[in-house]
Amino acid sequence: MTQNLESYAEVVGGDVVRHLRQLADHLQGIKVVHVNSTRYGGGVAEILARLVPLKRELGIEATWEVIEGNKDFYDVTKKFHNGLQGNRVVIPDTQLQIYEEVNSENVGRLRDKLSEADVVIIHDPQPAPLLRMVGDHRGKWIWRCHIDISRPHRPVWKYLRNFVSPYDASVWSLSWFAQNLPHPQYLIPPSIDPLSEKNRQLKRSEIQKAYEISGVEKDRPVVLQVSRFDRFKDPIGVIQAFRHAKTFLPLQLILAGGEAEDDPEGGLVLKEVRNAAEDDPDIHILNLPPDSHVEINALQRIADVIVQKSIREGFGLTVTEGMWKGKPVIGGDTGGITLQVVDHHTGFLVHTPEGAAMRMRYLLTHDSILKRMGKKARTFVLENFLLTRHLREYLTLLVALVKGADERIEL
Amino acid sequence: MQEPFIIKDCALLAIASGEKAHNLQELADRIVMVHPGCLYYHFWGGLLRPRFDDPEFRNDFASWVRHELHDEILAERLSIIIPTDYASLEQLRQELLEEIEERLDETEYSYLMRARVPFNFIRSQIVVFDTQIRVEEPRGLKDRIPDLSRSSLFYHFIDARRRVEGRHDDFSEWLSAFGDEYDELIEALSNVDPYLSGLSELRERVKRIFNRHMPG
Repeated sequence: MTQNLESYAEVVGGDVVRHLRQLADHLQGIKVVHVNSTRYGGGVAEILARLVPLKRELGIEATWEVIEGNKDFYDVTKKFHNGLQGNRVVIPDTQLQIYEEVNSENVGRLRDKLSEADVVIIHDPQPAPLLRMVGDHRGKWIWRCHIDISRPHRPVWKYLRNFVSPYDASVWSLSWFAQNLPHPQYLIPPSIDPLSEKNRQLKRSEIQKAYEISGVEKDRPVVLQVSRFDRFKDPIGVIQAFRHAKTFLPLQLILAGGEAEDDPEGGLVLKEVRNAAEDDPDIHILNLPPDSHVEINALQRIADVIVQKSIREGFGLTVTEGMWKGKPVIGGDTGGITLQVVDHHTGFLVHTPEGAAMRMRYLLTHDSILKRMGKKARTFVLENFLLTRHLREYLTLLVALVKGADERIEL
Repeated sequence: MQEPFIIKDCALLAIASGEKAHNLQELADRIVMVHPGCLYYHFWGGLLRPRFDDPEFRNDFASWVRHELHDEILAERLSIIIPTDYASLEQLRQELLEEIEERLDETEYSYLMRARVPFNFIRSQIVVFDTQIRVEEPRGLKDRIPDLSRSSLFYHFIDARRRVEGRHDDFSEWLSAFGDEYDELIEALSNVDPYLSGLSELRERVKRIFNRHMPG
């Protein structure tokens, strides 16, 4: 259920909501179109599902469009994704042609909406060519990159850069992702919605269901990683860490993931993970449907420690979600995780399965430290990574784009 | 009749400049050329972005030198550069450069260390808006302080120093138009160092000063 803006005041305070309304007063009636490649699954779809209704409530004519693609299209965009995160992928011209053709078909379908909008926000590489193909348009175009692109495989970035350069601005989660581009590159970290099904308070009976769906036992510690089955999330590394730590503790591991529409490799990686688990009864692999928000919420609440051992990560919303539930996070020392996991304060940053195992053992044998870190983690999210902060920065960006790009804009 | 005090608020946007430094020499080279907004962001922007309220170092240069170049001596020297001590961002830039160049002269070690994570220069863009709240007399301002948002306090108490002649905060500037009645309050406000506390703590300190000088 979509919450209205006032209900956020109870979580973040009335002044924060008032602040949003005052900024939005200067944006009344402007048309903003968001475009991405999937309606369900993955962090981008989750953020848009919450941000767009709130923008509308604030008087902005915000809409959300999804490009239509086929398996061949998602195969090539997955290669882009892997290449931008540093894998040395080879993409033949025939696949690039598919990428451009699908975008061309979509621009035919979306042209009127895109060309009439005051601001168009294109998310990630899948729909990036729309600007080049749309022709005459009246508004400003922003490319929002959610991926860790700090060390891209250069040929992939060189190709995509041609589509991204003409944008009026781009938005990145972290400064070290930003690239050499001829437009302003804004820095806006993503967020979670504290009132969504995935993050709201749960009743005891709802939390209990997590034991049923996962099969873990109540009286033994639980370590959880929630993420798509993707090699960059290193689920195999998590299993290795679990095996090290299990030698010393009666540990249980849950690997909970789902498949996003735009990720064709998910099934393959899931198979690899199942093979690596070797029918260990203490490793619980859950392939959940994309609408399992309450279930994930409950799993995060029954876990003692959250793990996100990614080797590349744009931001890692599951880290924020875990912290919001008052859990310390053992995270890979990469990308957006480093912005959230303040080493030794809200969790630990690690580089290897061995490092993750050592931190699991440490936290699970130091209960007071585990609790203190969890409390700090929740406060850190409250102050920095909730939807209201994200919305404020988007509104500020819209004001900056509409009113001019000076260093100081007085409204 | 004195003009009312207009309570404003602001939102800060961060923009990657694209300039990076991997070692101390590169840091100095980039500091010479970057937009002054970068210095503003790396000295003041920390107050409005994700971090703990009481970080080890108040400016990003000191923090990076400590954690990436592992040069504790320079980090400590940089950490005591207080931006409010300088009349302009250009003077602040010169001071920063002098400290770094002195360190480069002192030790070979500074040339050799290479950071794992480069220093990414970021500049800020500030959007200022009117909250529509007007305060007619000083006691009304006192009543408003506890409810000021952190960003509004940032605008009136910190950002003001770039806008107001004499590098005052907006409150002092406005109060000074009421004659000498509030001189002691203005003096007390001018003694607050806004650099060494987080915004929540700063609001408490400003509130206490108003209460002390305007009892009841």
